[in-house]
Amino acid sequence: MYSHFDRKKICLCTGALLLILLPMLAALGGEPYLVSLASRILIYALAAVSLDLILGYGGLVSLGHAAFFGIGAYVVGILAHHDFEGTAMISWPIVIPGTDSALVAWPAAVLGAALLAAVIGALSLRTSGMHFIMITLAFAQMLFYFFVGLESYGGDDGLTLFSRNTLPGLDLGDDTQFYYVCLGLLFAFLLLAGRLVESRFGLVVRGCRENDKRTQSLGFPTYRYKLLCFVIAGAAAGLAGALIANQIEYVSPGLMHWTRSGIILVMVLLGGTGTLYGPVLGAAAFLLLEEGISIYTEHWMVYFGPLLILVVLFARHGLYGILVGKGKRHG
Amino acid sequence: MAESLLRIEKLSKSFGSVAACRDVSLEIVPGEIHALIGPNGAGKTTLLNQVAGDLTPDSGQIFFAGRDITQLPLYRRSHLGLARSYQITSVFPQLSVEENLLLAIQAQHGHSYRFWARSLREPKLRADLVLALEQVGLSGRAEITAGNLSHGEKKQLEVGMALACKPRLLLLDEPMAGMGPGGTVELSKLIRRLKEKMTILLVEHDMKTIFSLADRITVLVYGEVVMTGTAGEIRGNPVVRQAYLGDDDEPC
Repeated sequence: MYSHFDRKKICLCTGALLLILLPMLAALGGEPYLVSLASRILIYALAAVSLDLILGYGGLVSLGHAAFFGIGAYVVGILAHHDFEGTAMISWPIVIPGTDSALVAWPAAVLGAALLAAVIGALSLRTSGMHFIMITLAFAQMLFYFFVGLESYGGDDGLTLFSRNTLPGLDLGDDTQFYYVCLGLLFAFLLLAGRLVESRFGLVVRGCRENDKRTQSLGFPTYRYKLLCFVIAGAAAGLAGALIANQIEYVSPGLMHWTRSGIILVMVLLGGTGTLYGPVLGAAAFLLLEEGISIYTEHWMVYFGPLLILVVLFARHGLYGILVGKGKRHG
Repeated sequence: MAESLLRIEKLSKSFGSVAACRDVSLEIVPGEIHALIGPNGAGKTTLLNQVAGDLTPDSGQIFFAGRDITQLPLYRRSHLGLARSYQITSVFPQLSVEENLLLAIQAQHGHSYRFWARSLREPKLRADLVLALEQVGLSGRAEITAGNLSHGEKKQLEVGMALACKPRLLLLDEPMAGMGPGGTVELSKLIRRLKEKMTILLVEHDMKTIFSLADRITVLVYGEVVMTGTAGEIRGNPVVRQAYLGDDDEPC
């Protein structure tokens, strides 16, 4: 029991240390390009951890998580677009100008994603199982086509950001500084989510995963708890979206295509469902493999597919389970 | 007779063409152990499910402590003082024993929209948890994952969760099913102790248990109430004997 706990602690500390030192290691190794790839990994990790919250702990398989990711990115993109053009985003009944300040745009992205999650969640949580998967997928695709058709914001082509958002005291345009901002936010969310799943709220949500009726009969209005969990996960995915818009300085409907939801889902499965830290590993493994194999062939999925199948078949808790070993996980 | 705690009036429920519950009327007075017996398919569990709120009746009314709860959602009933255990054990298999009980305890301690404090370490919950574990004799098994418990232990946990709800009326659906003789004796003792604190509606196959525990017994056959009476009255009734007790075979 204790040796397992220690092994987990060692793994987590090593991982955290590695992430903190990464920009220095990259500079030493003469590969500063790695920092930008690592930022991308952190951002997808944030999205994957948020999906794990509803998938691994709430037992809700959502194939529409990229909708929140995409909306977060678009909020940042649209605000920056208006700021650049000097036009108002909304001119009636109140005037809301665009902005390139991260302190305004990012919370707006989180809020936008949370509101969207509240609407989508309120409707789709009335179903469960396969229906829930299909409804979340349908909502995300609706949003995808909405942005494809939104010509004023670039439609299919998307929007290019003139520059990254501004943050007082920091230069987000600098890849290393941006990396640390992403890392800080990921750590903060991991801490929050880690406490969340062990809190009263988390216990109710885990109860819903195992037996919704039973949780109700104990006295919990489970629908409200699941909805709130869905909104929290959506909000975090919105933050990840705001970050990805800054990282690639470009937003497009592709960010919310259902295949993107699939990718985030694969990251969770690969890393380990219901482990919180696993999805970080999953995101890293996925993006590194994509990067690595696509040097040799553009059909990199051909090689990635069998690997995923092996992991899902033989490691119940994914890469995290292999690393930390069996024993009690978070859930 | 004292004011009834639970009053069921002309309750009916059909599944397709099968009437599982036909015009059932029943009163349960505070402090009694009321047993529900009847052959398989008599509608005992269906009746219990409607009282607990897992099923909505087609017609009829259910009053709990004078209040009409027929349409009340499942989660609201536990706050009024109704708790149940299930026939097919439905503990949360991937949660530990203490987490299972804690969830039931949490429900009694205000809302659970608390996101930061670890609920296992909340002193207020902890105190109740220790008692709840002792009450059903699972103190030594607190950290075991519930899915790994033996069948009997799962039953104990199931009852423990219902008790943690601090109910005024406890609905027990075949608590003895699948238990060894030792477990049955233990559980009977527990139920007798509980009688001092709460009213109990018990569905059970085990005749010996029922006749020794129950103050009053209601016999259901094909969804209808045949009669309600004390153990002696039930034993002596020729209709009941024929419908249910007639054969020497174990009715289950």
